[in-house]
Amino acid sequence: MARGSLKRGRGASSGWRLSYVLFMLPAFALYTVFVVYPMLSALRFSFYEWNGLTSVGFAGLDNFRTLFTRYPYNEDIWNALSHNLYMFVVTMIVQNGLGLFLAVVLDRGIRGRNLFRNVFFLPHLVAVVVVGFLWSLILNSQFGVLNRFLEAVGLGGLAHPWLGDPGTALTTVALVNAWSWLGFPLIIFLANLASIPEEYNEAAQLDGANAWQVFRHVTLPLLAPSITIITVLTFIGNFNAFDLIYAMGGSNGGPGGSTDVLGLLFYRIAFAGQDPNAVGISNALAVLMFAVVFVVSTLYLRSRRRGEGMTY
Amino acid sequence: MEEKDAFPVGGRMRGRALKILLYAFLASYGFVCLYPFFLMVASSFKDTGDIFANPFGLPTRPSLEAYRTAWDLGNFSAYFWNSVLVTVTSVAVILLAGSMAAYPIGRYSFRGRNFLYLYFLSGLMLPIKLGIVPLFFLMTSLGLYDTRLSLVLVYAASGMPFTVFVLAAFFRTLPKELEEAAKIDGAGEFRIYWQIMVPLIRPALATVAIFNFIQFWNDFFFPLVLIQTDELRTIPVGLSNFFGTYQNDWALIFAGLTIASLPLILLFLVASKQIIRGLTAGATKG
Repeated sequence: MARGSLKRGRGASSGWRLSYVLFMLPAFALYTVFVVYPMLSALRFSFYEWNGLTSVGFAGLDNFRTLFTRYPYNEDIWNALSHNLYMFVVTMIVQNGLGLFLAVVLDRGIRGRNLFRNVFFLPHLVAVVVVGFLWSLILNSQFGVLNRFLEAVGLGGLAHPWLGDPGTALTTVALVNAWSWLGFPLIIFLANLASIPEEYNEAAQLDGANAWQVFRHVTLPLLAPSITIITVLTFIGNFNAFDLIYAMGGSNGGPGGSTDVLGLLFYRIAFAGQDPNAVGISNALAVLMFAVVFVVSTLYLRSRRRGEGMTY
Repeated sequence: MEEKDAFPVGGRMRGRALKILLYAFLASYGFVCLYPFFLMVASSFKDTGDIFANPFGLPTRPSLEAYRTAWDLGNFSAYFWNSVLVTVTSVAVILLAGSMAAYPIGRYSFRGRNFLYLYFLSGLMLPIKLGIVPLFFLMTSLGLYDTRLSLVLVYAASGMPFTVFVLAAFFRTLPKELEEAAKIDGAGEFRIYWQIMVPLIRPALATVAIFNFIQFWNDFFFPLVLIQTDELRTIPVGLSNFFGTYQNDWALIFAGLTIASLPLILLFLVASKQIIRGLTAGATKG
């Protein structure tokens, strides 16, 4: 009847209609001009040498080389990278480990489960910079609530300039980061757990498995999809971290560069540096960061997919 | 049979002790989550001297002085208004343009449709911030540097991937019969879309709106780079400026932090399910 002719129109063979173009155009234009084009341009910029705001010539891989050979970039980049990796490890253990634990506990039929979930999720809701400033005040060595509390309970010896000491600053920032983001893996794990049929657990228990065995051999394999996703997102998020560190350590990654991360380094080179070739070098760093994240994520996802295939 | 009980250990006493321990743990972490916010709000009603003297508890002489100062002298009235303007406009643009694009992508097949779908989807994984330098150049050449419009454009563009992804999936679920019936009645494409299809995906629209709202409201990086005039700043960057200027006036800072957080906390109290659903959808894509 009319059904056949509804899908045809102009360009009958390809199925296109003018209306489709008009419908998709605004979104397509916005996305292409303000997301895709800048990202492709960043790639292009990285291959040129710049003097201020104008490019002065093709530079091939020179900008990339400079990052690893010229001072201060060659030191800063490894310094920052090591901090990114350290934060990733701390985040995986504290944020995702605790998030998983809490999700498993909440999934077990705790009363007030939704209330707990909402409370744990709350820190994730507010702006990361708010979290950063708030905790800066809490951790303030003289007047911050944490040290005051330690003194009040007689543990004054433990009071410390958490953010002022280069030895503790990065770990402190990583823990605050975990506090802020924990709600996210929590809800992902909860959603995954909710989809695991109750019969699996019951069957395992009937076979004599204790709680830990049920978790290890039934629950954990079935959590593989969300663990994969969370790991990738955590890696990407930590690699590109900026807001929190800026709020707690300043744009220089203080104190003494102990909280410097790649995102911060990129920002400094691009917008706060003296180098006339700031555009070339910062974009080279951006391209490198993107490449690392892309390669690592893809390899990880591929290896997980192979692993996931085998558990069924 | 008992409901989900993870602790089929011997003896009810041990099971109960474990449960109590667990509740205690949950409650402690709940405290760790809530206390900073309590501190933030309670301190904002104190004056700075009171904060140092009595840091832990409720204000003894609550006053709105800190808020008044933050709002006027601290320019928070401007920051707040800018955040509202930019965020609401961006979300409106995204809902309109995103749903329009998701409509044919979700419901019709045409050559290149899969490519377009993946084109939008790839944005979910792209770290948009890495294109900031070219973006800065682009805005400058468009004469949009240091304008709130630049933020709206960037936000709307960056929210497209998620929006198209979610809305296309919802549009796909709507039955063809609705469309055909409307066409028989002589309705044009846009009317079908606007008057029939869009209202039917209202829950998805709400989820997408809230998800994007939170992202844009909290964004720090783009206004940091693209906005220079203090009057035009949004809350996160304004707060950063504020923190630098009024470092020693803690009551003032806590007031600023509260102003920055309050809208989202209120939103959460109203729409927690939506928010959580939106985030879960975004992460479990594919």
